[in-house]
Amino acid sequence: MNGSINGSHDYARVYVWEQPVRWFHWINAVTVIVLGATGWLIANPPAFMSETEASFSYWFGDVRFIHFAAAYVFTANFAFRLYWSLVGNKYSKWRNFFPLRRAQIRQIGDVLKVDILQSTQKPVHTVGHNSMAYFTYAGTGLLTVFQIASGFALYAPMSESWFPALFTWVMPLFGSEFSLRIFHYAVMWAFTVFTIIHVYLVFYHDYVEGHGVLSSMVGGWKFLEKKTIAAEEASGISPYPSKPTTPAPVAPTQVAKIN
Amino acid sequence: MNSTREVTENIPTVYEQMIARGVSRRDFMKFCAWMGAYLGVESSGIAQIAKAIETKRRIPVVWLHFQECTCCSESFLRSSHPIVADILLDKISLDYTETLQAAAGFQAEEILQDIITKHKGEYLMLVEGSVPLAADGCYCVVGGKSAIDTVKEVAAGAKAIVAWGNCACSGCVQAANPNPTRATPINAIIKDKPIVNVQGCPPIAEVMAGVLVHLLTFDRLPQMDSLGRPKAFYSRRVHDTCYRRPNYDAGLFVETFDDENAKKGYCLYKVGCRGPSTYNSCGTIRWNNGVSYPIQSGHPCIGCSEAKFWDNGPFYQRLTNFPGFGIEATADKIGLAVGAAAVGGALAHAVLTNVRKRDTIGEQPGEDNQKLDPNPTAAEDPKKS
Repeated sequence: MNGSINGSHDYARVYVWEQPVRWFHWINAVTVIVLGATGWLIANPPAFMSETEASFSYWFGDVRFIHFAAAYVFTANFAFRLYWSLVGNKYSKWRNFFPLRRAQIRQIGDVLKVDILQSTQKPVHTVGHNSMAYFTYAGTGLLTVFQIASGFALYAPMSESWFPALFTWVMPLFGSEFSLRIFHYAVMWAFTVFTIIHVYLVFYHDYVEGHGVLSSMVGGWKFLEKKTIAAEEASGISPYPSKPTTPAPVAPTQVAKIN
Repeated sequence: MNSTREVTENIPTVYEQMIARGVSRRDFMKFCAWMGAYLGVESSGIAQIAKAIETKRRIPVVWLHFQECTCCSESFLRSSHPIVADILLDKISLDYTETLQAAAGFQAEEILQDIITKHKGEYLMLVEGSVPLAADGCYCVVGGKSAIDTVKEVAAGAKAIVAWGNCACSGCVQAANPNPTRATPINAIIKDKPIVNVQGCPPIAEVMAGVLVHLLTFDRLPQMDSLGRPKAFYSRRVHDTCYRRPNYDAGLFVETFDDENAKKGYCLYKVGCRGPSTYNSCGTIRWNNGVSYPIQSGHPCIGCSEAKFWDNGPFYQRLTNFPGFGIEATADKIGLAVGAAAVGGALAHAVLTNVRKRDTIGEQPGEDNQKLDPNPTAAEDPKKS
């Protein structure tokens, strides 16, 4: 039986997520969790201490410090990812994130039908993310930009550094710091909901499709049939060619055959 | 009545008027030192203030009242230093002000016309209250003219505008949702004149005096922040100057108004204090001759010097209702509901996946668990995904 599978399916190992992309992902994951946890604490500090004097502790100040420090890491990391979307491989290119071509929009429809509504069995196999996922990450990217801008706008009055001062224009748009703070806080919940769905869907795709998507963010490799890869190349969705070269199917950049 | 008009025409310096009223040189210098301290100028600047008040002609001032409770005027009258109100209100501001002028009716309106024609481009326009725009401005009509017409007419020839209080700066309570009269702040109506927003409900008396003295002394606008508020008084949050701040950093919070922590004077953050997002001088100048301010009296700041503070309620909650989701919908409640829905949806989806995709889980295109074809080439059907 095993023999027949190997015989009938020519699998390939594709290097999808380059190391910088993986570093970005995990640094982002850690900072989002830290920012979310500290942000929630800042909004809802537990009053677990009483009968004491303020001189003996500074824990709330520390929580805020961690929040601000993590925010700088989060921002720098995101800025790096933006840079990488210009110079990285075709799966990390910025163009993937904008569903402007018909093939991408059609794939979004397919993904909704196959994975969410489950009204059809035919799976959508992609080498990078599917178009729906890329589009979702464009959304989280916007939320990230909003959190950075609103967060530093709120932080600017406490800082003499030039960087937070770049965002002081955000505050007048919302009328007062208080209004801006509510939105900054609400987006924390948006990230929470995203994380729940994101983690679930990664497990789902790994379980249903068996491309090793879960481990791909650690090692960078995915496992797909050669003809799936070829079909992907031909469709021109995820492996969007950076410059028009010879017609498809173009061989993926790094493919190693499984023994 | 006649004397008011004479004053308008034959303008003495502020100092001359003060001396005429029996203010001593010593008290005058004390006043200048106070103002210098409020404005944050160097000690050498005090001489500049004294000189300006001694030599400069008093600026003609029009103080207009619209949709308001007059708490700004009341606050100003209670300025901690008696001469402040005396000089500034009595000697500077009283060309035209509905609340305190002696004139009434046609005489009063005539004075207003006098000022705006004779001192075109020279007079200061002080505005207390917001301007209703709904129903052609009929919700606020003074002397037969709607507020919006008066504002435009007077602003046209004004040197600068000072918007007193939250009403004139951001609409205050009458602009709170749903704002039935379309109460509008001055800065949303007048775009071509410099406007100083002196925020607060009411602003602190010394702040009001300080702004006027600055305009008089330096003959230019004070340094202002992105919302047009003078930085000397609004550059720091109530939180930054709060004497309870160490409790905040230490994580010591009042949970309810009658708990032990409240008695100990812990931070009021969790009972809704707006200090961390409110820019004002309450923590330093304080109120009523520097006696106290809300937080010192055990009450959280309600953020009265910030736009939309009425809509950011309830006052005694740290996390308030999220806009657009109706009452009693905080970001936490919405977030928890959506989060729970996401978890529930994921669980349901996982069950559904195992039912619907039982046959195809882990399968690749071309694979078919039902009948594994012994012939490899058969599986190579061009069944493209």
